[in-house]
Parts: sequence; structure tokens; C-alpha cells
Amino acid sequence: MSHLISDSLVLARRNLEHVRQIPEKLLDVTLQPIMFVILFAYVFGGVIAIPDGSYREYLLAGVLVQSLSFGVVGPATSIATDLREGVVDRFRSLPISRSAYLIGHILAELAASLIAITVLSLSGLVIGWGIHSSFLHALAGYGLILLFAFSMLWCGTLLGISVRSPDAAQGVAFMVIFPMTFLASTFVPIAGFSPLLRVLASWNPVSSLAAAVRWLFGNPTGTPADAAWPLQHPVVSALGWCLAILVLCVPLALRRFRARTTS
Amino acid sequence: MTYETMVHHTSKGAAAAKSRSGVRVERLGKRFGDLWALRDVDLDAPAGSVLGLLGHNGAGKTTALRILTTLTAPTEGRAWVAGHDVVMQAARVRERIGVASQAATVDGLLSARANLELVGRLYHLPRAAARQRAGELLERVALADVAEKLAKDFSGGMRRRLDLAAALVAAPAVLFLDEPTTGLDPHSRNQLWELLREQVRDGATLVLTTQYLEEADRLADDIVVLDHGRVAAHGTPAALKQRLGGERLVVTLVHPAQLDAARARLAPFSEGQVTLDPPARQVVAPLRAGTRLVEVVRALDAAGIDAHDVQRREVTLDDVFLSITQSKSAAAPARALRETA
Repeated sequence: MSHLISDSLVLARRNLEHVRQIPEKLLDVTLQPIMFVILFAYVFGGVIAIPDGSYREYLLAGVLVQSLSFGVVGPATSIATDLREGVVDRFRSLPISRSAYLIGHILAELAASLIAITVLSLSGLVIGWGIHSSFLHALAGYGLILLFAFSMLWCGTLLGISVRSPDAAQGVAFMVIFPMTFLASTFVPIAGFSPLLRVLASWNPVSSLAAAVRWLFGNPTGTPADAAWPLQHPVVSALGWCLAILVLCVPLALRRFRARTTS
Repeated sequence: MTYETMVHHTSKGAAAAKSRSGVRVERLGKRFGDLWALRDVDLDAPAGSVLGLLGHNGAGKTTALRILTTLTAPTEGRAWVAGHDVVMQAARVRERIGVASQAATVDGLLSARANLELVGRLYHLPRAAARQRAGELLERVALADVAEKLAKDFSGGMRRRLDLAAALVAAPAVLFLDEPTTGLDPHSRNQLWELLREQVRDGATLVLTTQYLEEADRLADDIVVLDHGRVAAHGTPAALKQRLGGERLVVTLVHPAQLDAARARLAPFSEGQVTLDPPARQVVAPLRAGTRLVEVVRALDAAGIDAHDVQRREVTLDDVFLSITQSKSAAAPARALRETA
């Protein structure tokens, strides 16, 4: 078992080596989030009014949560690729723990998430975003973002194990994540939504996360006074969503991986 | 001796041998849903020997290999590899084996060297040792000059060689190869065979699957023919070939109506059953040793049979299967099973 950690690290390094060979893979966690920050800040910034602050202060948590939601795509496509090419069989015929393979993927993707979080925070500072809370609150904010990234990575792991091809994994991920990140308080306050959309957005995990991070960073939340329970208690509901995703996805992913690789 | 008694005899002998290493399999079976991909299979490959599993696609070869390499659990029966049970001691087995699969499972986004170093690290070699071993093996499989190239840009033959090198990283006691030369050009095939012989000289046990009788003949000490998941025949290459006859006589007729007449005329030159292939207008016979083709042509001509072509050729796997399935179909009709790859 002492090998579990070192094996996982060796396998995580394999994914990082992929990035070294194909640096375009890093676009997802560098240029793409910056592009979102700039597009939204300059295109929507002028037309969207935030009741309790500036749009740029509001925007950043949204882009953070959106980028990390798309973290689903990474493990989903790379695991689906490994399964299709039989690379998983190669690893399984080696004297390593079965979980080392999945943990390796998650570790490598977490490193990518850290890059995305850093890049986004820096580009936020450039356009005028800032943290206006205590050090501990800020720390809790980043902790929550990482927890969310972690749970989305497990979501992607489950997806990658469940689909037949890397293309399918990417397709399904986009079909779910795209509407999910827009039907939320990610980029615009939900006060302007129609009643039905407002209910959907209020119970959307993405809204809870964005609101919780905004609150912890001391940024404007744009939450209406009559908002539903999850938005009135964003930190509790965000934690709840993350844990629920993990409790659902981790055992399912482990079980499916076992089933898919033993028959 | 019939095939059944041959199989029975050899497996009984194997059970008595109780080899501590190498590969031993007892009454192995694997069921997918209602279908048995493998049933009642006994195998024995003593340490340092080469066992060839011969069979068509779907005969159960890959399933057998997946069980022996701990990738799939058997439905029934037991198997030992390098002295360890493949189910109960899978981790111990994985420490002692090398696997080169049909799909050439190398990581396309890593260089040849990085692929081998990765495998070495996962065998828990220290970083420097893994690097050194990767270098040695790249030399041995003649990939040293493309060591830093990504595996995805490799040709099929290069991928195969890299995959084989990955299987050799830990100097395994037992080496499993699934159709190692399928799709390779003759030159690469010869190189690979030579590399495999080296491994055996160094004391490794080899289990390989193939569709080519020639390959099994060149490498294997012992051949097991699988058909529809069962052992159809078992013996040394020489014994099997002798059993099946060394050469075939193939006569292609102009008129299909003369097939039966031709069969009768060919009987004196045949060592066994003469078979007909009506769609191809062909008569196929195991050629009696010492027969000259000119005698055959004269006999056909004397009977007024119009032959388009008369030729002799080496026995092929198709002939092996033809004779096995024909001799078996009377006793037990084979069930059509498909191997799930």
C-alpha cells in the first residue's frame, strides 16, 4: 500500500507529460478563462447592473466556477481514451493498485485546476476585481473552489468510464455543463430571470457555488432579498452540493471501473 | 490415437508434473452471458518452454490470455502462473509476468523512452534504473534512434516492438503475447521471433497466441489448438503436422459435375479423407508421401476429368480446422461461440 501514493504520482506525471508534448491542452486552463473574463467584463459589463457592487467584482467568481465545471471534460476524455486504446489493460497487468490509475488522473487534473484558479485570480486583479474579506474568508473561498473542482473531476471520471468513446465523453460533458453554467447566477444576477428559470437557477449547484465564493471573497452577490433557501445560505448549500456529488460519483466511478475492467 | 485421447493423455501427465513455475491451467472456463468463450481447458507450459495457442478469431485465445494475465476472472477452473494462483494471488502474478497485447497498448502521447520508463517506475524500479532499463530495451528492439519520438507517430511494427519492450521491462518469468506478429511485414516478424527466442534462452516461459501455424511451428515446443473455446488438439508441432499430413493436393476442376469422379480418382494418392469445396470447384486431399504430381495429372486425364489446376501446398491452419471439425462433428456438434474481445 505504500506504493499507492508513489504509483499515483508516477501516473499523474504521465498526464503532465502529455501536456508537455501537447501544450495546447493547457489552453483550457489559461487562455480560455482569460477570454471569458475579458469578454464578459467588456461586453456585458456595461449593460448588467449589480445592485450591491460592480459587475467586474461580481463576474470573477462566476468565471471561476464555470471554468472548474468544465473540469469534467478533462478526466472524461482522457480516461475514455485510455480505455479505448487498451492502455488501462497495460496498467492493470502491472503490480500496482487499481485505484492508483484513477487517483493519478485526479491529481494531474487538480494541478491543472490550480493553474486555472491562479490565472483567473490574476486576470481578475488586472480588470479590477479584488478580495474584500478577511484572510480566513479568502482561504475558505479558495478551499471551497478546490473542493468543487475535486467533485467535478470525479464527475468527469465517472463519465469517462461510462461512455464508449472520448468524443462521446466530450459531447455529453458539453451538453450538460454548458446549460448548467448559464442557467445560474454565474454571469448575470438571477433577479432578471423569468419565474421558472429563477427556480431552476436557485437550485443549481453552480449558483450556490458562485454565491458562496462571492460572499467569502466579499464580492457583490446580487442575491435578491426573496431568494430561495440555497441562495440565502450559499456556503452551506455549496458544501452540501459538493459532498452530494462526491458521495454519488466516487463509489459509482470505482464500481464501474472495476466492472468495466474485469469482464 | 484420436484427438480426444491425445488431449486426455497429455493433460493427465501435466497434472502429475505439478510444475511450480511456468503456466498450469486446470479445467478453465469463462462464460459471457449464456456463451462459454472457454470451457474445460487444460494447459501446461513448464518453466522455460514455449506454448502456442492456435485458433481462429473467437476461438478463445484472447480470453485465455486475459485470464492468465489477471485481467479477467475465470468462471470456473484454476490457473497458476509462475507458481501463483491468478485469482487468489493476482498481485504476485503481476510481479512476475510481461504482457504484450494484440492492441499494442502503448501511450501514444508519450515518447518511446517515456513509455518504457513509466512502466519501469510502475514496477517500482528507482528512477535511474528505470531509465537505464528503458535505454537497454530500446536498443534491443531497434528503436533507439526514435527513442524520443511520440509513440502515436510509430508504424504498426514499431508499436508492436515498443509494446514488447514494455512487456520485457521487469525481465518477467512468464511472457504472454497475443498474436505478436499479426499485421507485421516478414522482416519485422523475423526480428521479433529472434527477440522472443532470446527471451526463452534466458529462461523465460512464453505463452503466445497466433493464427499462423507457421509461427507456432517456428517458436512453440507445444501447441494447443482451440476451437469454439475448447481444446481441439494438443501436441508438439511435429506430432500435429504428422497427424494432419504434411502436404495438401488441391485440384481445381473446370466442370463442377466432375467433383465426385475426381474425388474417387484422387483416393489412391491420399492419406486421409478427400474433401470437396464445391463453390471453388476444388478437391482437396492430404497428399501421400512420395507422390509425384505428374502421376496425379495422368490419372485425372485417363478418367477424362478436365482439371484447370493441380497443385501441392503446405498444410495450413484451415486444413487443421477442417480435419478437426470434420472428425468431431459426428460425435459432438460444436456450438458457435464468439469471443468477446
